[in-house]
Amino acid sequence: MNQEPLLHINDLNVTFPSPRGAVHAVQNVSFSMGKEKIGIVGESGSGKSVTGRAILRLLPPYAQVNAGAVTFKGQDLLSFTEKEMRRIRGMQISMVMQDPKYSMNPVRTVGAQICEAYTIHRKVSRKEARAKTMKMLEAVRIRNPEQVYRLYPQEVSGGMGQRIMIAMMLIPEPSLLIADEPTSALDVTVQLQVLAIMDDLVTQRGMGLIFISHDLELVSSFCDRIIIMYGGRIMETLDACDLHNSTHPYTRGLLNCLPRIKGEKGRLQTLVRDASWLESDFSIPKVG
Amino acid sequence: MLRISQLNVIFGHGASRNHAVKDVSFTVNKGESFGLVGESGSGKSTVLNCISGLISDWEGSIEIDGTVIGSRRDMSFYRKVQMVFQDPYGSLHPRHTVDKTLKEPIAIHGLGDANNRVERVLGEVGLGPQFRFRYPHQLSGGQRQRVAVARALILEPEIILLDEPTSALDVSIQAEVLNLLEDIRVERNLTYVLVSHDLAVVSHMCDTISVMSQGETVEVISREQLQNEDIKRRYTRQLLTASKGYDRAAIDQFQDF
Repeated sequence: MNQEPLLHINDLNVTFPSPRGAVHAVQNVSFSMGKEKIGIVGESGSGKSVTGRAILRLLPPYAQVNAGAVTFKGQDLLSFTEKEMRRIRGMQISMVMQDPKYSMNPVRTVGAQICEAYTIHRKVSRKEARAKTMKMLEAVRIRNPEQVYRLYPQEVSGGMGQRIMIAMMLIPEPSLLIADEPTSALDVTVQLQVLAIMDDLVTQRGMGLIFISHDLELVSSFCDRIIIMYGGRIMETLDACDLHNSTHPYTRGLLNCLPRIKGEKGRLQTLVRDASWLESDFSIPKVG
Repeated sequence: MLRISQLNVIFGHGASRNHAVKDVSFTVNKGESFGLVGESGSGKSTVLNCISGLISDWEGSIEIDGTVIGSRRDMSFYRKVQMVFQDPYGSLHPRHTVDKTLKEPIAIHGLGDANNRVERVLGEVGLGPQFRFRYPHQLSGGQRQRVAVARALILEPEIILLDEPTSALDVSIQAEVLNLLEDIRVERNLTYVLVSHDLAVVSHMCDTISVMSQGETVEVISREQLQNEDIKRRYTRQLLTASKGYDRAAIDQFQDF
């Protein structure tokens, strides 16, 4: 990558207060990324979504976020006011959520919502915005953009909804896209088609992508690098091609418990969790 | 053990008529696991709901142990056939403890000896006695799915219908539940009909796999055929390619079926 990272996070901590003491959802998470596809993988409750939301400050007000540094293109996001953050969201960093049906406004057409995402950040005429929206809908391979423009979110299928969501998030031309389980609710073939669209657009525009998912195999085939999280901590960061050579017991455990088409019929290996993984001085055992 | 022939299900009429299951036929032998795999809207769950009696408006014939069963089922049917649902968060009564949930089928069928039966079945699904008086919200997803399996087992059925039993669970928990299901099947010589969208889960659990698309059976293949990629139909091949992960070049070849 080039000299300055696109996004740099150092020592991110998120805690949620609860009657039984604070819940430490994210602990000492640090990573840097350039214009690449990075995957954050973990099981439910591993803190992967909270990490994604903390970058954009989209957590509820009672969440306590502490970080050594969150820098985006050299700007310190921690020092930004709420008003300044609004210039970042959408324009610079945008986020695709899991379920398009719940993340869009049900009483406005999808076209109007994509248009809004564009006009809110740019001074353009309505006609121009509409033309740009049509182009964007074509870019996400919607064959009849004129028709789709007039539909309401509940009238589109899951796969199309997610493509509309991607169009909406990419239209202000951000430099970083955070995708939080964007395809988990879709059928496998549709899932891959949506990913291919996202991949092409991200590559063409030279953007960074943070892909949050629970599917280790999918992430390893889609992303350049993988961050594996468990219990709010980063277990390990590795290049996607090295996934199968990983020696971390958690990563190995996750890989081994997947059923495989070509696998043996007998019992699947189960994951034996080890409390020592969550200790800060845990080091990956070397194979030898 | 179970024979389905020429099953047809039509929902709605007029413009909203939806032929959800078209001429589906298959046979499952005793002690076998049969897998139904397909994408959403393929009719795989509808077939299961017809067998279990949750949908009563179907045409065709369903035979269990040589007896033809109609849309009305009697008590003895439910002693033989039980079902485990997809969502362990929605399929357990939130205000009933595990104990109460498990005792209800015993009371309905008048079996008696409830306490011992509950204790035995909880042990069988790997839940200790400490879970017996908990409410569903006090259990994790995997533990709830174990309770759902226990509820199906408590009537000592011969056929268990599994509708996406692990799709709401993390992979590590999925492995535990799949192991449990396999152990119970071997131990009790049960017959399974497993519905899933995940080819890997189906090929791990089942000997024979039926691929469905838009209400029709595309192809019935054996586990070995799937492993050796001895597949005749394009649809099945595409499904197999898709389950192998992200491959930019392969995705451009995808077709809509």
